Amino acid sequence: MSAGLGAVFMHGNRFRHNLLTALLLAPATAWLVVFLVLPFIAIAVFSVGERAPEGGYQAAFTLAQYANLPARATAFWNTMMLAPVGALACLLVAYPVAYYLALKAPQRWRLILLALVVIPFWTSLLMRTYAWMYILGGRGIPALLAFVGIEDVRLINTPGAVLLGIVYGYLPLMILPIYVSLERLDRRLLEASADLGATPFSTFLGVTLKLSLPGVMTGFSLVMILLLGEYLIPTLLGGGKVFFIGNALVDLFLQSRNWPFGSAIAITLVAVSVVVLIAANRISTRVSGARRVDLI
Amino acid sequence: MRAFVTAVFAFLYLPIALVVLFSFNAGRHASEFTGFSVQWYGTALSNPFLVEALKNSLFIATTSALLAAVCGTAAALGLSRVGLRTRAVFDALMGAAIVVPGVVIGISTLVALVQLFGVLNPFLASIWPDDQPPRLSLGYGSIIAAHGLFSMALVTMIVGTRLASLDRNLVEASSDLYATPLTTFRSIVLPQIMPAVVAGFLLAFTFSFDDFIVAFFVAGAQTTLPIYVFASIRRGVTPEINAIATIVLVASVLLVVLAQWQLRQRKPSN
Repeated sequence: MSAGLGAVFMHGNRFRHNLLTALLLAPATAWLVVFLVLPFIAIAVFSVGERAPEGGYQAAFTLAQYANLPARATAFWNTMMLAPVGALACLLVAYPVAYYLALKAPQRWRLILLALVVIPFWTSLLMRTYAWMYILGGRGIPALLAFVGIEDVRLINTPGAVLLGIVYGYLPLMILPIYVSLERLDRRLLEASADLGATPFSTFLGVTLKLSLPGVMTGFSLVMILLLGEYLIPTLLGGGKVFFIGNALVDLFLQSRNWPFGSAIAITLVAVSVVVLIAANRISTRVSGARRVDLI
Repeated sequence: MRAFVTAVFAFLYLPIALVVLFSFNAGRHASEFTGFSVQWYGTALSNPFLVEALKNSLFIATTSALLAAVCGTAAALGLSRVGLRTRAVFDALMGAAIVVPGVVIGISTLVALVQLFGVLNPFLASIWPDDQPPRLSLGYGSIIAAHGLFSMALVTMIVGTRLASLDRNLVEASSDLYATPLTTFRSIVLPQIMPAVVAGFLLAFTFSFDDFIVAFFVAGAQTTLPIYVFASIRRGVTPEINAIATIVLVASVLLVVLAQWQLRQRKPSN
């Protein structure tokens, strides 16, 4: 592996080389084991346990928690509906923006516009979402609508509000990978397609869209996976009426203290995420044969 | 298409603009702008709970980002020296640390730490020489550790990408010219990866500072700024939250711009 860089440290003998490698990797390994692998094992064990009478966990080996999953069917249903729909809505808004940034925007504007896309992503989702509570709340858009004669419009605390919050919150994450894949696109292919008599629309379908599919799949699966664990948006904009799996987990761990059931839900959530990731990876390699686009 | 893109940018920035605008509102009500005033900044900064939460968040973000920058860089360097199979295992774990939803990271860390403390605290009590053994509990440490996980994976990825594009010829030239490994590292490798390390630190800081959901589970009795803001929102929006949100937004934007600028520093001049 990487003979050149290895050579930096290769002066000593093999033992010293290995020792240094181990030392460099030790802190990260310890962290990954203690704060990722062990916690995951812990919730896996908890998920086959029982709830202690006073809350928390009691050792057992039962699949009762998993059999009980339908008790939270609404949360699963909302999440499984709104995550793909939200990711799709995000995609429909994001694609034209990414296309414009990568292929149409004037060169000197491109970086500035790209920074404008990135900045919201790295600012607090909490702060950005709560602004929508004003806008959609009784004194926001509904008040404006009442002013022009449309009365009794309720926006906040509806699935629509949650969907809007989702598109708003995750748009940057969708734009970025699509932008990257479009920006890498070989422009000569577009010219070749046009020279060979393709209409702009069929060039878009056959060349642009096809070659940007890995970026689309990366963005879609990332947004979808983050949405599966979303808590803030349904809480703030759904007002306790649109429950997600994240809400169920907060309730089970911090309020009703049914840790084994919560663990079973968490394990199910991770399993669904893994399935989504694998499916997205499969589709993306099948459609294009190209490598997935790294986000960062 | 330009009209659509303009509309999307308006959509992205309208809520942010509203928060900033209303932070300068003279009146108490969120619905009408009654005049320009900076009074809510004063109210926010003289609220002891808010200031305490802000200090906690700054401390946690700084510590976890420093930890991530050091350990993540070390990991990236280490990973450039191992075989493909070891690398694949690390890549998978780091990928999981980034992709697994925050809510799952939060609860699993909570569960694991509570169990761990359940074992460690009696043990500490039994070996401690006097009657006041330290009691491990959730708080600063657990938030820093949980944030450190995501941040470290992030730094490893960013620095790893930079290492992969490092000019190997310079490294070989340096060792051919009898530079010691340490000298080569200090004068060739480190300057080239430094922008990535700094960018990683800044992104890690921003992540930790903005994170709500992980901290919500593992904070114990501590309050971070997002936790305080969340609680205030649920009690009803107050204008001082707009003021603090504006301060945080401006700070986050500055940090992100700084991080992007650092990442674009291709070749440091020296």
